[in-house]
Amino acid sequence: MAPKDESASQPIIIVGSGLAGYTLAREFRKLNQDSHLSIVTADDGVFYSKPMLSNALTAKKNAAQLAMKTPQQMEQELAATIISETSVSAIYPLKHRIKANQDYLHYSYLVLALGAEPVRLKLPGNASNAIYSVNDRIDYKRFQDAIVGQKHIAIIGDGLIACEFANDLLNQNYQVSIIGPGPKPLNRLLPTPAGDALKQALESIGAKWYLEKSVVSANHQADQISLGLSDGSEVVSDIVLSAVGLRPRTKLAEEAELEINRGIVCNPYMETSDRDIYALGDCAEIAGLNLPFVLPIMNGARTLAKTLAGERTRLTYPAMPIAVKTPALPIIVSPPAADAKGEWTIEHDGQNVKCLFENETGELLGFALTGSCCGEKQALSKLVPMVLA
Amino acid sequence: MRKWQCLVCGLIYDETLGMPDDGIAPGTRFEDIPDDWACPDCGVSKDDFELLEE
Repeated sequence: MAPKDESASQPIIIVGSGLAGYTLAREFRKLNQDSHLSIVTADDGVFYSKPMLSNALTAKKNAAQLAMKTPQQMEQELAATIISETSVSAIYPLKHRIKANQDYLHYSYLVLALGAEPVRLKLPGNASNAIYSVNDRIDYKRFQDAIVGQKHIAIIGDGLIACEFANDLLNQNYQVSIIGPGPKPLNRLLPTPAGDALKQALESIGAKWYLEKSVVSANHQADQISLGLSDGSEVVSDIVLSAVGLRPRTKLAEEAELEINRGIVCNPYMETSDRDIYALGDCAEIAGLNLPFVLPIMNGARTLAKTLAGERTRLTYPAMPIAVKTPALPIIVSPPAADAKGEWTIEHDGQNVKCLFENETGELLGFALTGSCCGEKQALSKLVPMVLA
Repeated sequence: MRKWQCLVCGLIYDETLGMPDDGIAPGTRFEDIPDDWACPDCGVSKDDFELLEE
């Protein structure tokens, strides 16, 4: 048995093979070619682009075509051991080890890149289990197989993923009904005129909105599913897709008695409450921020790679505009910080909306652009403050 | 001329075509694109592109 002070010779273990885990490994290898690196993943270890799941139909990609690299290619490129189809069930911080399936693996440093999981609605009725959600490539395959030959798809949720899927399905001539609690889509992200413009744009290609309503039941009705809504009405469709939000995966960390809030709590050095365990990506709450988007992952991965290579580095986030992939009306939004004080000023010309969030002294703190206004993204991005300085 | 692919969103930069909407003229070699350029679809940096083997 290895004595404790040999933990430094143990591999760095990354748990998770999504964009966060694999990008970290890639960035780490640019800085360090010698340390042992293992990646443990419950998934099959295929590298694919998660953002593409919500526009894969239009891009004419099936689940197999979404795979960019096999686990074997990744092992070779990253000089890492990839342990796939393996769930980590426990972390023992004091012993520097994890339980992966039936085995115990020792680590020098552990990185939790566990991602987030879709919130699943527990609805009364006999069709609750027939509702799809798509959060990885395997889910996507199931969904894509299910919609073949079907006509009408109901989407529960009015956020970013829901709108992207709606646009993708409408492009394939499905009838799409969207049910959501907000007065307009993307309510938390967009000021009213921009949200309204998106609502109209999706309507113009066939979307049917059921806004300010929630789903209260799901029942099979012949070959279809009937969703009961909060106002007493119903939506009957062939397939139901739920996209009501994501929840950081924190259970493993919580059971290891790491500090948890919305996500796994990290300081700006991405250290959890255990100094040899880090968290990255959608599962992490770094300096109070849980940002389940691509750019925070890329920035986090580069910073943590430096730290793991021996140069302890503090995370900063530049402005990170989010592109909403709704081709019916492209949207770019750089949301103001949650505690930012200021007001929106809005210019619009039909569907093209430019919204600027400025404080009293006229400093730009955030923006939202739709349609042809998206061209101003680069110029405006240079003006907004860093998300984490 | 070569093609480069964004590892995050799959977007392809074709040197022959450039990316005129993004201010990059046809025929611009990937290494000649400014370093602060970002993927127009997902926003990641030039470092997150990889040469596509034909």
